[in-house]
Amino acid sequence: MLNIGVINQGIVIDHIQAGGAMKIYHYLDLENKDVSVAIIKNAKSNKMGKKDIIKIEATLEDLDLDILGALDHKLTINIIENGVIIEKRNPKLPEIVNNVLKCKNPRCITSVEQGLPHSFKLTDRVNGVYRCVYCEQSFDRR
Amino acid sequence: MKHIISPTDLTVSELNELLDLSEEIIANPRKFSDVCRGKKLATLFYEPSTRTRLSFEAAMLNLGGSVLGFSSADSSSAAKGESVADTIRVVSSYADICAIRHPKEGAPYVASLYSSIPVINAGDGGHNHPTQTFTDLLTIKNLKGRLNNLCVGFCGDLKFGRTVHSLINALARYENISFILISPEELRVPEYIRKEVLEANNIQFEETTSLENAMPKLDILYMTRVQRERFFNEEDYIRLKDIYILDEKKMAAARTDMLVLHPLPRVNEIATEVDSDPRAVYFKQAQYGVYVRMALIMKLLEIV
Repeated sequence: MLNIGVINQGIVIDHIQAGGAMKIYHYLDLENKDVSVAIIKNAKSNKMGKKDIIKIEATLEDLDLDILGALDHKLTINIIENGVIIEKRNPKLPEIVNNVLKCKNPRCITSVEQGLPHSFKLTDRVNGVYRCVYCEQSFDRR
Repeated sequence: MKHIISPTDLTVSELNELLDLSEEIIANPRKFSDVCRGKKLATLFYEPSTRTRLSFEAAMLNLGGSVLGFSSADSSSAAKGESVADTIRVVSSYADICAIRHPKEGAPYVASLYSSIPVINAGDGGHNHPTQTFTDLLTIKNLKGRLNNLCVGFCGDLKFGRTVHSLINALARYENISFILISPEELRVPEYIRKEVLEANNIQFEETTSLENAMPKLDILYMTRVQRERFFNEEDYIRLKDIYILDEKKMAAARTDMLVLHPLPRVNEIATEVDSDPRAVYFKQAQYGVYVRMALIMKLLEIV
């Protein structure tokens, strides 16, 4: 059994779709933050088969968690204080996400006009589907 | 100020008003021959489309207005690298309304964000083509007398065919509509149309590869061309382009009051022998396209 030390103060992002941890690591800009981070890939999960987990030793103010719902609406955010989970959160699904997700549709106007902001709107709250406001292509999380 | 980027930018009641005005124009075109005097329509066509551009220009000229514009990206400042946003800001000071066609999806929406005049999407890649949809709806309403209680078949390229997606979206808002989607496996309607439009609205539909089997059930048959410009791979295009050809033999299995629509241009998916069949209304449909664009220009310029 893989064992990563318990964190004292910070957050644990659990139930990340297997293979998705590094994307979240980049979107949260963790490579540029002076915080301790542990990434667990392909951990066994009863619910999901396999999952990724990120443990971050930091205060909530240091992190922009609002975008996580757009990246993976099924993950859970555990808030840790003094080594125990004090709160479990499901990610919010913002109505509009600006300049976080990139449209990959080669036919989209954003593929040729580099100055345009990449903007996605939530079109299906149940399944967490975001669509590009220009071409309406859904964001592909893979 | 209103822009028309997607066919669903108009509510059903606004759409009905548009179609009613179009029918008024059909009944008495002379009454409207001078209502846009002094107004200018800019046609910004970044990719060639003789039919749509001429239809817009004919519409504005029929209303007594004038037109200006370009018909390919090469003859516009886009060739120098100007953005759509900058072009529309400039054009806004030259014209009162504009129609924009662009090969990239979402370009007319970008234009609408920066425009101070009404923007009409005249087709953006494989995405939307609202005035074609309004044309199709007017054709059906004027010739069938209704937009509800219809079984509508779509045949051909249902994957890249933007006219198909737009018309499905628009008809889905009317009562008791069912669809038969006829295409090869590779050109089926995209999953988001199936899930977010058809299944989400509990609309009855079936998917089939057989045009013959579908014919007797249809009130409307909407034929489409397999478009070379939508394929990245020439081999796929060649393999699929002649997959459905509507001819007299197939028409014999259809109802006597079924209508055949086609957004045109046709290549060979409808044999020319079908043209003389009274159920073939695709050339009339092109005429309806002018009337509905006249009505749309009037509505957006708030002339009525």
